[in-house]
Amino acid sequence: MTTKVAVIGAAYTKFDEHWGKSLRDLSTEAGAQAIHDAGIEGKDIKAMFIGNMSAGRFIGQEHLAALTADHAGLIPIPSTRVEAACASGALAFLQAYLAIMSGQYDVVVAAGAEKMTDIKGTDAISTLMGAGDQQWESSIGLTFTGLYALIAKAHMHKYGTTREQMAMVSVNNHKNGALNPNAQFPKEITVDNVLNSPMIADPLTLLDCSPITDGAAAVVLASEEVARNTRNPIWVLGSSQASDTLALHHRKSLTEMNATKVAARKAYEQAGMKPGDINIAEVHDCFSINEILAVEDLGFCEKGLGGKFVEQGSIARDGIKPVNTAGGLKSIGHPVGATGIRQVVDIVKQLRGEYGRLQVNGAATGLALNLGGSGATAVVNIFGKEQRETYSTF
Amino acid sequence: MVHRSSVPLFWRLKESKYRIMGTKCTNCDQPYFPPRYLCPKCRRDGKIEQFKFSGNGEIVSYTIIRTAPSGFEKLAPYMVAIVKLDEGPQIAGQIVGDTDKISIGDKVRSVFRRMYEDGDSGLIHYGFKFQLAENDEIENNKKK
Repeated sequence: MTTKVAVIGAAYTKFDEHWGKSLRDLSTEAGAQAIHDAGIEGKDIKAMFIGNMSAGRFIGQEHLAALTADHAGLIPIPSTRVEAACASGALAFLQAYLAIMSGQYDVVVAAGAEKMTDIKGTDAISTLMGAGDQQWESSIGLTFTGLYALIAKAHMHKYGTTREQMAMVSVNNHKNGALNPNAQFPKEITVDNVLNSPMIADPLTLLDCSPITDGAAAVVLASEEVARNTRNPIWVLGSSQASDTLALHHRKSLTEMNATKVAARKAYEQAGMKPGDINIAEVHDCFSINEILAVEDLGFCEKGLGGKFVEQGSIARDGIKPVNTAGGLKSIGHPVGATGIRQVVDIVKQLRGEYGRLQVNGAATGLALNLGGSGATAVVNIFGKEQRETYSTF
Repeated sequence: MVHRSSVPLFWRLKESKYRIMGTKCTNCDQPYFPPRYLCPKCRRDGKIEQFKFSGNGEIVSYTIIRTAPSGFEKLAPYMVAIVKLDEGPQIAGQIVGDTDKISIGDKVRSVFRRMYEDGDSGLIHYGFKFQLAENDEIENNKKK
């Protein structure tokens, strides 16, 4: 494999409760902005992939691939929907990357979109639980907050992680998100706010949880030949995916995400990098505890010390490893199919050095971790301002 | 929820849900619950047979669900745990009893319970939950 791939355009809509906009409106808006940002024309795009978890249950609409291409004015190009629960976005990105690596296409759009607020909250919770094991988890009344609460309890029991440390994850992400005009909840919160918000599933309170959100995100990927002639390409240095048991109870350990570890190891190998070479990271903070697992499983700190890592301020924008610098799922919102692409957009904007008041100075490399379900799918993408010479095989 | 009202879906799982019937690969001696019909270790060399679990186990982790999904609203708050069964496999299950008496490492045994109802006129779903084993002693003492 000698092809190199870059992201040349990136955008996401305001993440919000968009009563006035439908899924097709949001994905078209994000796509048009990304294409404009890339400085190309619609006719340059050869194929598209769209990540979406559950439009069938959220809005009663399947066949999103053609619908999205249609409303984006891109028919008759090939369009493919990709689904891996909350990792649908990053997986759509990985498919777009592979499509260019294959040599079949030179310019491909990867998008993600979800419209979650057309149905009532309890139905949205049940729909999200479709990402778990329908026969053995949802059927006994487990929710996603419940699954991550089981992980949190186990992590607290084994490593002494505290409620305060988990709360600090939410506080950090909201502090960053307060600077982000596209965030659903752009405001700062305190540790006390988190601890005193309503308990959802012990030990997780409302402010440990990412919200229910509508939104869409899109990026334009291009081959090296095309990307070299664009304004500010950001190179894909590694892109990898791994799987684990769908049901949480089948995991060998409740306190680590093996899929994250495997996907990260492969992505680091492809990039020829180590965890210490990563300047900034976007990780999957669907629940606060998950960011603690992520910094451990990505190798940013030792296993079991994620809580302390957070407490020491390591993940702050002026810390040693700034994480979720634009607000994360917690503050920006979590339209599940869109999140994986939104993370890529935030990394790309940071590495371009054009992110205004959100900018982390000197960021030259970035990593995005997107998870599906309780960690049964993990996708890790690594990006750099500069190309690197070596790619190992998959 | 449409999928929960499905009679065949419910019916084909009744052996596992009512009796904790799983499977076992007699080639590597690994028991599976919920049942698997391909042994992931032995693959095509595996030989799968039915295997009845005791329903006894130990709590690995637990939570108390306070915001419930559709169909479970009336039950909240309720406890859910991951239980390591004595035979080895782990399974998620509701725990019956007082929410302030549960902790990691507690011994549990399975009990047969009503799980949920599909509205006022739909199916009533039954299955196993778990009860803290120390409650057995309390109940036995009551009988005395």
